[in-house]
Amino acid sequence: MRNKILSISVFLFFSIVFVIFFKGLKETNIYTPDLDIKKEIPFFHAKDFYTGKKLNTSDIFKLNQTYLLNIWSSWCLPCRKEHPLLLSLNENKKINIIGMNYKDNKINAEKFLKELGNPYKRVFEDLEGTIAIEWGAYGVPETFLIYNNKIIRKYIGPLNLNIIEEIKLLIK
Amino acid sequence: MIYSLVGYYSLVLGLIVGLTLFYFSFKNFNNATILNSKILSFTFLQFFFVVISFLCLIFSFVVSDFSNETVFNNSHTTKPLFYKISGTWGNHEGSLLLWLLVLTFFIFIFLLKTKNQPTKYKILTLVFQQVIIIGFFIFLIKTSNPFNYLFPIPVEGLGLNPILQDPALAIHPPILYLGYVGSSIIFSSVLSATALKMISISWATHIKKWILTSWIFLTLGILLGSIWAYYELGWGGFWFWDPVENVSLMPWLALTTLLHCIMVLEKKNILSSWTIILSIATFTLSMCGTFLVRSGILNSVHTFANDPERGVFILIFLFILIFLSLFIFFFFHKDNEKNSNQFFWLSKETSILINNWFMMYFLSVVLIGTVYPIFLDVISSEKISVGPPFYHKLIMPFLIPFLLMMAIGPKLKWIKSDFENKFYLICLLLISIFLAYFILKSFNQKILINTILISSALYLFFITIRDFFVKKYKNLSQNISHFGFSLLILSILFNNLFSSEVITNLKLGETFENSKVNIYFESIDSKKSKNYDSIIANFIIRNSNGEEDKLSPELRIYNQPVIATSEADIKTSLISDKFIVVNLVQNQDYFNVRYQVKPLMMWIWISVILISFGGLISLIKKNHEK
Repeated sequence: MRNKILSISVFLFFSIVFVIFFKGLKETNIYTPDLDIKKEIPFFHAKDFYTGKKLNTSDIFKLNQTYLLNIWSSWCLPCRKEHPLLLSLNENKKINIIGMNYKDNKINAEKFLKELGNPYKRVFEDLEGTIAIEWGAYGVPETFLIYNNKIIRKYIGPLNLNIIEEIKLLIK
Repeated sequence: MIYSLVGYYSLVLGLIVGLTLFYFSFKNFNNATILNSKILSFTFLQFFFVVISFLCLIFSFVVSDFSNETVFNNSHTTKPLFYKISGTWGNHEGSLLLWLLVLTFFIFIFLLKTKNQPTKYKILTLVFQQVIIIGFFIFLIKTSNPFNYLFPIPVEGLGLNPILQDPALAIHPPILYLGYVGSSIIFSSVLSATALKMISISWATHIKKWILTSWIFLTLGILLGSIWAYYELGWGGFWFWDPVENVSLMPWLALTTLLHCIMVLEKKNILSSWTIILSIATFTLSMCGTFLVRSGILNSVHTFANDPERGVFILIFLFILIFLSLFIFFFFHKDNEKNSNQFFWLSKETSILINNWFMMYFLSVVLIGTVYPIFLDVISSEKISVGPPFYHKLIMPFLIPFLLMMAIGPKLKWIKSDFENKFYLICLLLISIFLAYFILKSFNQKILINTILISSALYLFFITIRDFFVKKYKNLSQNISHFGFSLLILSILFNNLFSSEVITNLKLGETFENSKVNIYFESIDSKKSKNYDSIIANFIIRNSNGEEDKLSPELRIYNQPVIATSEADIKTSLISDKFIVVNLVQNQDYFNVRYQVKPLMMWIWISVILISFGGLISLIKKNHEK
């Protein structure tokens, strides 16, 4: 009798192991940057684009405020394309647009803003692209909608009219 | 092209022979005498077909026949011939073909060498082995055919991953496979012996040779892998608790335990359940290793191209084998309870049993550390990674009683023993404790657990050394292996405690200096080879004693495929290794330099060789007695 119970439980145990391995096969084990929505924004240090002053997360992002963090670069063509949309969104006073200048040359970047206009309330530098990694960004352009120090939405690639409408709806 | 064709069809023929063997063995199971001679020739035929197929694959690699997909994916015309050949098993398809080769080879040798056992037992072993072989044939032909045809024929291949272009790694898979697959014979044999109720002293004597053989190969295979990781990967260590390393360690632990159990079984006819379970465990753990590595369920250096279909196949196959063996174990095996109560607390068998439990504990630590992340991911979608601290913390403390038991155990007699004339045991223990204390004190290391660990390892060390003189040739093999093990633990401990490391960024002509060492970056050379270009950085290293060494680590840029690797330069001596590796810092003139002094590295390799040498002696002695 004891032997029977033992054998049945061993069989059951291995069956469970089988099921778990089987399910494990279906799951991917390639780790991608987390797309977790409503994640806390990462803590980082950066340099202000204009003044060169050292900044950290709390200098830029305040609680109970809505921000749009836009990762851009003067060499990035889609950034040029999405720029007018950012400018138009800047007319909305409920949102603060922050720029992260990604792996860029300062002179070119300044020229870019002079030529196309500056939608950003504040711009900081990410010369080595390390801050972008901390944010879990894939590349440029990429945009994060932030409220209360939490990432609400993440847009990979250039913004378009639909996204702008969605952002407007969200910040109402 | 002709090679692929021949190779493929001989695989199919091999499968057909396997099925025929399987069918006839069943049909004529009770009419064994007629079958006996035919079995051997059929198994040889199967082995022969696999050899042909394997040779075809080797030839395809040698002549760079890129109409073969496996060759295209893993070879290149500019590769040296040696690596063209070793590239045959440096990929998923080829390595599975090697599995199959070893499987058929072992069953052939097994039938050839096993003369005194009943025919029924031989046939049943063959049947179980054919189950495994047929499974692998189908797996190979269906999901990972090494002879897939490519059209149009590419002009050039993609090349072999440069980190696999290393002599140690070229022979590591075949040796390791001899160990892994050797355990398949133990598995089939134990199943058939259980089913026929012939687990006995004579069976134990017969199977012990096979256990020893695969144990020796497994030990050496792991050693080669470790040597490769140390010299080629350039991470400055020999064991990283990477899932793949663990997967080879688990069958080793099971097999080592089995080796001790079979000795008890051979002498006392007890521990038969242990023997059966361990034999099953060893092979299923080897298979489980194949599953974990090849299915891509784990992330590791050894993962070849992932294919979910393969994973599902091996998983189902693995569990068929597990359930089959469980069924046989529970259905046929009745433990002889009369014998199992005869344990006296102070005897050789008790000490072996205790250490078996320790081994099982180590095995479960490694198993849980490797598999638990998968379970957690499936059950709660949490991702964790288990690293060295987990293993160190759980294994280290338990090594202490384990080592002590290893020292005292062989001193005890079978059945019943006492402590007469055992004064020297206590003396040596005291000496070891003092010595360990003074060594650590002189190096300003005051951690209690290290002192205890080192003293227990030293204890085993002294006792085995004493035995070399006192016992001369009696039990020589056991003594050598245990001596090797104490040496291994001592080397690992000292290596861990006294390694030092410098990490710095240097420009050409600059010098790094601290109290112990002075590193001068002298010059840079560049060199062109057949399949890579390299930058060689020359360093002059002076230590506090004024000794000077020239070390020249390399950065290699392989052309096919284009991969940059950094080759460490290692100066090996009996006392310590000096290890230096450089990496380029992005877009700057600086080199990132990592310099390590690792004491007693050489002794880690030597001691593992000693351990397996002990096994070899035992094997030779066994053959000699007959």
